[in-house]
Amino acid sequence: MTIADVRRILEAEIICGSDHVETEVHNACGSDMMSDVLAFVKDQSVLLTGLVNPQVVRTAEMMDMVCIVFVRGKEPGAEIVELAQERDIVLMKTPLRMFTACGLLYDSGLRGGNEA
Amino acid sequence: MNLRLHYEVPGDDFTRAGEASGAVKKKLKQLGFHPDVVRRMAIAMYEGEINMVIHAGGGEAEVDILPDRVTAVLTDHGPGIPDVEQAMQEGWSTAPDNVRTLGFGAGMGLPNIKKYTDEMRIETEPGRGTVMTMTVLVK
Repeated sequence: MTIADVRRILEAEIICGSDHVETEVHNACGSDMMSDVLAFVKDQSVLLTGLVNPQVVRTAEMMDMVCIVFVRGKEPGAEIVELAQERDIVLMKTPLRMFTACGLLYDSGLRGGNEA
Repeated sequence: MNLRLHYEVPGDDFTRAGEASGAVKKKLKQLGFHPDVVRRMAIAMYEGEINMVIHAGGGEAEVDILPDRVTAVLTDHGPGIPDVEQAMQEGWSTAPDNVRTLGFGAGMGLPNIKKYTDEMRIETEPGRGTVMTMTVLVK
């Protein structure tokens, strides 16, 4: 699926990076613990998180992740948006909770990647 | 191509932790290293940088880029690691609670560095600081 599909499925709102919504995504990871995210390498994936700070973007950057979804309608600050824009990472926010958001994406075919 | 890069890692600003790793990642990518090498070095160095900010009040990073290997040496003057073996265990953490609210402090930092690098060496002295050397080989 594409980032645009993720947006539609999660009824999400794009915060930045709307130029990149046609990028294909294959995997997703849902976590508020960045070290757990860093422990599992996946390609072209989406990060779902309830954590809102610049380290979320830096973690995505190190992992070559292309899209971050903030759950429960959380709104990132200007500094976070700027970091994401510089790295061509799409940010979006969904009113859904983490469990529901992950479940909907899984139901639509997105998987957790190379589970260790 | 032998390149040495040097970065200061400020200890008072958590939001800037990762700047050096991000810069190294960009450089390695520009130099045409395999994406796997780039990513492994970036993640390992990022965990190291986070550690220096959380535990040691910052430090410095020196990165040597050679055709067959990339080595980062992270030096801090923090409290040192009393028991390295214990610190290497997954889930073992001495990070304060406020660090957990920032998404770190789960005791995965050192295990992640070991997992992503080909060589990892920790020289540490209580009260003096820690020097962590991490190498990713280009295969």
